[in-house]
Amino acid sequence: MTALLEVSGVSVSFDGFRAINNLSFSIGAAELRAIIGPNGAGKTTFMDIITGKTRPDSGSVTWGERAISLLNLSEAAIARIGIGRKFQRPTVFEDQTVAENLILALKSPRNPFAALAFVLTGEGRARVAALAAQVGLGAHLARKAGELSHGQKQWLEIAMLLAQEPRLLLIDEPAAGMTLAEREQTTAMLVGIARTRAVVVVEHDMEFVRRLNCRVTVLHEGAVLAEGSLDHVTRNPAVIEVYLGRG
Amino acid sequence: MTETTQNPVTAPANILHPSGYLRRNPSVLWFLLGLAVLTLAVTLLSPAYGGGGISTSFVKTLGKTLCLCLAALAMDIVWGYTGILSLGHMAFFALGGYMIGQWLMYARTQEIVLQSLVAGPLPPTAEEIAQGVGSQIFGVVGGSDIPLIWGFAHSLPLQLALVVLVPGLLALIFGWLAFRSRVTGVYLSILTQAMTLALSLYLFQNDSGLRGNNGLSGLQNLPGLADVSQDFLSVWFFWASALMLALAYLLLSAVVSGKMGSVLRAIRDDEARVRFLGYPVEGYKLFVFVVTAILCGIAGALYYPQAGIINPAELAPIASIYLAVWVAIGGRGRLYGAVIGAAFVSLLSSWFTGGRAPSIPLGVYTIDWVDWWQVLLGLSFVAVTLWAPKGIGGVFDRFQGLHSPDRKGQPLGPDAGSLQESEAVE
Repeated sequence: MTALLEVSGVSVSFDGFRAINNLSFSIGAAELRAIIGPNGAGKTTFMDIITGKTRPDSGSVTWGERAISLLNLSEAAIARIGIGRKFQRPTVFEDQTVAENLILALKSPRNPFAALAFVLTGEGRARVAALAAQVGLGAHLARKAGELSHGQKQWLEIAMLLAQEPRLLLIDEPAAGMTLAEREQTTAMLVGIARTRAVVVVEHDMEFVRRLNCRVTVLHEGAVLAEGSLDHVTRNPAVIEVYLGRG
Repeated sequence: MTETTQNPVTAPANILHPSGYLRRNPSVLWFLLGLAVLTLAVTLLSPAYGGGGISTSFVKTLGKTLCLCLAALAMDIVWGYTGILSLGHMAFFALGGYMIGQWLMYARTQEIVLQSLVAGPLPPTAEEIAQGVGSQIFGVVGGSDIPLIWGFAHSLPLQLALVVLVPGLLALIFGWLAFRSRVTGVYLSILTQAMTLALSLYLFQNDSGLRGNNGLSGLQNLPGLADVSQDFLSVWFFWASALMLALAYLLLSAVVSGKMGSVLRAIRDDEARVRFLGYPVEGYKLFVFVVTAILCGIAGALYYPQAGIINPAELAPIASIYLAVWVAIGGRGRLYGAVIGAAFVSLLSSWFTGGRAPSIPLGVYTIDWVDWWQVLLGLSFVAVTLWAPKGIGGVFDRFQGLHSPDRKGQPLGPDAGSLQESEAVE
């Protein structure tokens, strides 16, 4: 399997602090991967580097079959080539309706002139309705996103992520603030999505990670400490030492 | 978080199948109707076409007000919708005025010079005409050569093109530099204000080529129409201003009710998130900045022939601050709010400063409105910001029974003054 995303030898320092230290990581085109690690392990910085928010000091990040470097692309350009990101705190446009949020995310040309000429086609309409239904917001299309509950906002954001049709989804703690039933639903959904796309999930909750039943990458002090199945990494003494032992 | 339903959940079909643009935007129809009634009333009361119930100077005041409304519309798009508090848009307005003023002044002076030279024994040469025009226009700043920037002043179409191009290009260059560096918020406001101030100070110099602090004058006299009285010209300009305002309102309301408006409001509320959706945020900001600068330029080109004179004081940052105050008092994030704010405050301002407002004797001190109007305006701006962030537009929400949730201290979402979405489509 060729890698969709290849991160190799990446380092980044903030004021002398090495947030990411010679990190290498790769993920295939249809793969689910969980990233765990203690606070300060560099999980968020890692996501920031991939999505173009932070420029690494050294190393390379390449994307796709033609191995395009992501390091010179803007956040928007990286999003357009197919990397979607979900933040830990739900960030939806609270002042706009659920439908408008979804239409904004719907895959379409992103330049201002295209936005001026944009008309919601029958196909787009069906897609918005289907996405909303998929995350249980079918009856709430006309409501403002700001009125939704925390869990519903999380779902809306996931639907927006899917509407972008990304090839790689980076998801930061999807289960935060969700009820048990919602977590189960989220797990099933993530596993389903990963059949056709690459999904990277950053998560603290080990139960949730266990249910994902996928390869796990353990980050520690900005580098990969261990990689493999959850059982494999949890047996790793180094992992127990830095992370699980204290948990 | 409790799930209080603010407005009844409409069937999903309605939101995805919006019927008719005008039905979704009833405010557009009301606005156009109001403008049409005003235009008819002004025409029928004007000295030129009707009973003369109002004076020519009042027709001009109303026409100028419509131009200010047009500038306020532009400001609302930039600030109310996109969240860029520009304190430089009146500079674009004044530049539009300067561009049309160059032609008006040049062509009119040329007419006068030709008339005076016609008595001579020989027909005047081109050089004599140029010298005559030059000394007429620039004598006041101690020169008689026509500066390079007047190179197109002989031609109306070229100067009209400059009305669009000069503000547009300035906004493009300035916006590109500012947005590219991701300057936002207060820093951007300061930057736009600095641009305005620099431009104003430059134009105050006598060798700027635009007659320094004298500015351009006599703009109310249209070349070739010397025998048409101001009574008629004022009504014609009123019509032109009303038409332009109507067109801009229609166009902008169509733009902001569509996906463009959705992206702009999203940028206002959380631009980083918009970036992660793949939208080139800087491109959108630049687009909005340039388009609204051009709109302001056009508004200025209609305003100054009615005002008759333009000088660099018109570019002072205070003018742009007024523009922001109008939009804030009218209610930002809604087009009609901008128009109402600009019309209401600027008409009130000309009433107070025109010496017609009765002074209030307090015994020991007399409140003279010519001096105290500014204080009142400043206080009302503070009051609106504190207690009525939706401005006058909020009154319309009351009529429609709309009220937005109290969101003090919420980390996300728009500031309290901006419009809530369901109101924006009303």
